[in-house]
Amino acid sequence: MELMKLTALELGEKIKAKEISVREALDAVSAAKEKTDAKVNAYTDFDKELSDKEADRIQKLIDAGDSKSPLAGVPIGIKDNISTKGMLTTCASKILTGYKPAFDATAVSKVRDAGMVVTGKLNMDEFAMGSTSETSVYGPVKNPWDTGKVPGGSSGGAAAAVAACEAVVTLGSDTGGSIRQPASYCGVTGFKPSYGAVSRYGLIAYASSLDQIGPIAKDVRDCAAVMDVISGGDVNDSTSNAAFASGAEGVNENGFLASLNGDVKGLKVGVPAECFGEGVDPKVEESVKGMIKELESAGAVAVPISLDFIRFAVPTYYIIATAEASSNLSRFDGVKYGYRAKEADSIDDLFINSRSEGFGGEVKKRIMLGTFVLSSGYYDAYYNKALKMKQMIMDGFAGAFGNCDVIVCPTAPMTAPKIGESLSDPMKMYLSDIFTVSLNLAGLPGLSVPCGFDAQNMPIGAQIIGPAGGDLKVLNAGHAFQLATDHHKKFPEVG
Amino acid sequence: MSRNWEMVIGLEVHVELSTKSKIFCSCTTQFGGEPNTHCCPVCTGMPGTLPIFNGQVLEYAVKAGLALNCEIERQTRFDRKNYFYPDLPKAYQISQLYRPIAHDGYVEIETSQGPKKIRIHEMHMEEDAGKLIHSEYGNETYPDYNRCGVPLLEIVSEPDFRSAEEVAAYLEKIRMMFTYLGISDCKMQEGSMRADVNLSIREAGTTEFGTRTEMKNINSISAIERAIAGEYERQCDLLESGGKVTQETRHWNDDKKMSTAMRSKENAQDYRYFPEPDIPEILVSEEYIDDCRSRMPEFAPDKKERFMSEYGLSEYDAGLLVASKPESDFFEALIKGGATAKASANWLIVHLASVMKKLSADINGTMDFEDAGLDAEQMSYLIKEVEGGKVNRQDGIDILTEMVKSEEVLDVKEYIASHGLEVSNDTGALAETVAKVIAANEQAVSEYKSGKEKAIGFLVGACMKELKGKCNPGMVKEMLEAELKK
Repeated sequence: MELMKLTALELGEKIKAKEISVREALDAVSAAKEKTDAKVNAYTDFDKELSDKEADRIQKLIDAGDSKSPLAGVPIGIKDNISTKGMLTTCASKILTGYKPAFDATAVSKVRDAGMVVTGKLNMDEFAMGSTSETSVYGPVKNPWDTGKVPGGSSGGAAAAVAACEAVVTLGSDTGGSIRQPASYCGVTGFKPSYGAVSRYGLIAYASSLDQIGPIAKDVRDCAAVMDVISGGDVNDSTSNAAFASGAEGVNENGFLASLNGDVKGLKVGVPAECFGEGVDPKVEESVKGMIKELESAGAVAVPISLDFIRFAVPTYYIIATAEASSNLSRFDGVKYGYRAKEADSIDDLFINSRSEGFGGEVKKRIMLGTFVLSSGYYDAYYNKALKMKQMIMDGFAGAFGNCDVIVCPTAPMTAPKIGESLSDPMKMYLSDIFTVSLNLAGLPGLSVPCGFDAQNMPIGAQIIGPAGGDLKVLNAGHAFQLATDHHKKFPEVG
Repeated sequence: MSRNWEMVIGLEVHVELSTKSKIFCSCTTQFGGEPNTHCCPVCTGMPGTLPIFNGQVLEYAVKAGLALNCEIERQTRFDRKNYFYPDLPKAYQISQLYRPIAHDGYVEIETSQGPKKIRIHEMHMEEDAGKLIHSEYGNETYPDYNRCGVPLLEIVSEPDFRSAEEVAAYLEKIRMMFTYLGISDCKMQEGSMRADVNLSIREAGTTEFGTRTEMKNINSISAIERAIAGEYERQCDLLESGGKVTQETRHWNDDKKMSTAMRSKENAQDYRYFPEPDIPEILVSEEYIDDCRSRMPEFAPDKKERFMSEYGLSEYDAGLLVASKPESDFFEALIKGGATAKASANWLIVHLASVMKKLSADINGTMDFEDAGLDAEQMSYLIKEVEGGKVNRQDGIDILTEMVKSEEVLDVKEYIASHGLEVSNDTGALAETVAKVIAANEQAVSEYKSGKEKAIGFLVGACMKELKGKCNPGMVKEMLEAELKK
């Protein structure tokens, strides 16, 4: 299965050079999925018939020389909360049973326009609420490095599929770390763009002000190539920001990929004191510090900084995210699509029964929490205060970036926990989001790159954070690290 | 009634804006249509869709805010109002609570006690919900989302009304201003203007407010006046008999002339408002507001004054014309086309009104001036022809009827020619006919000569018949008289 060990760009090159056909690339994904997915459970749906047709259409375009993207013909998997026209899109929830959108998400129509072949949908925590990918109605996703452990979440399927070489590249979504943390646990590269860089149109919202679509891939170059495809302003999303896309500051006219040079000479790398030491696994700390050393030897300068506000990030996040979620998820009421309770004597019964039966426990918990913090009498004490904290966190980061260009810290304080372990101690799970959630609150770009393994051979990820719109800086620092190391080139034996 | 109870009323008025497309998507706002044909993934709230704010709504809202003498919010934003109902597909309404587009204004109304200012607390923008169609046969309900996302303005007054008369004057004033602004047709029957009445009573001379009730969605101004009278009486009776008013929402049944309780305050919903994260804050610049202000129209009272002084119209006629902005604009277009002010006013107020009355009766419905679809140039030509004696008045009215009925613009000149309606000015032919009629109607002639002047009418009629109406009756009468007096 050597084809599946290629990066998306390498595969695209072979397709362009006619060494392999689009159908062969797609068949390789399909065969890998057949062989591996029973153990990983990364996919929720795989539409071979639809993607075969798509592959043939794209092959014709490539043969006619009508496809310019370096990713033309490359298969791509899509997280199950991103709308795909005519393909199941269920957020791994019972309440969206059978739901097939009538339209593609903007990011999906962009990857199709670039000639990529959408293969199937990827498993996740129900409605992206979780850090372990265990709350899916389709059952938990397993970590390919150790199937007794979680892959992280919520984009666990999107990360595990790339790690297990049953997907070439995938689109995930990140509300509080949902791309970066599973990328870290699975030893792959995941990028959460600046808020607004990628249109959210068609992404089924968890928390609208925090959600962002981004790529999960084998390396930074693939992430940059996907960003060239999916980023940009969108008339269907007023929160999208054309200034953060290709052509943004530092990005040359040919886009993110062409702008990657791996040059980090003089780059000031902020090392936040709060992200190391107590609460962080020593092996994780050692690996991340190793990465900082590596960047220093490539010419970067490490600067100690402080992110003292980061301790407020988790509570702030769980107030804002659940508040928005309680509203966003209200539309799933059994009236229009998806699951409808069979027994209902009144409209209120229909709402209550459909939602009680259709949502899982973690989702219900967050809806209730969000409903509570928005309730009359509590709004100021919780939601309004959280908005103030959000502003403080944004200001805090802006101050920190006065002293450095990027910030490096662990993506997660630990490596992947065992399946079942986190759900029994949810506070521990929520707290493990500490290094990722603050970026979503501040709208910043963040990249997780593999930087080592722990004693049990579980991958460790380092997070590179940039200022809003500094997506290229972040990708370039990660690229510099990957030019010098090969952590990202290791593959698990899925057993 | 032993004590003197004063009523205190505050109004919430909803007005549907007549923008071409909906507030957050490009679907049409047209009224009616087969269920669920004027909607798309955005206005039906399909998962993953996002609202895009229609700039025309902002323009209309700013104009409305200026007409209501409000301060315009320079950094306005939307909020979500959360509640479950099958006609609300997102289960939240995008509305405004924290920073509405306009606030702190007033409307000046005329009352029998003189002019009065009603203060406006705030005015905000929001989306309308859909409607539910209940099956006539089974226990089934079907949502129709056509109206979902039609832009609304909600105008919240202070509790400044003290009578139903003031409420009616206020609603009429808003209707006049908004139709003149061209931002809404304000038809209460079609639901494009709806009012919620908050009413409480207190002893005259006291300043504390009593407990209020709310009556929602009453669909005509006269029904609102009846509802106010009914609710006032109910509250007075309650308090007189030692009872207490409960804070609740009541439904006014205009057929039974009574209200019934719907929902009490204890069951009031908590809407959990919070800022809409999908729509960034909207910045309204001073230039934008100035531009809207510079394009404010002349409102009815000013226009009426001007019609009286500029065109010498009576107060009554000027009042009738300015009641509709399109009609008053059309009146001036007729004058521009060369018709006299007096004739133009007469044709609109008398002839057009009777034509439309007859046509509405034929279709068993109502007709607005705009439904007539008249072309000013053609109508101006018609008026000139009739007033100049070139076409008979009755023929002119028939032509007007055809103009109203016709889907396309009727070419009046061509119509007159093809239907042979032009009055003959051939005095030779006329003289011949007059002579012929006199010769053939000896009895009438002798009656006339013996002093029965009424007989002339019969002779004029006979001439007209002979000439198939293609003549000017005044001229015929003159010639007959001249001939008979010889």
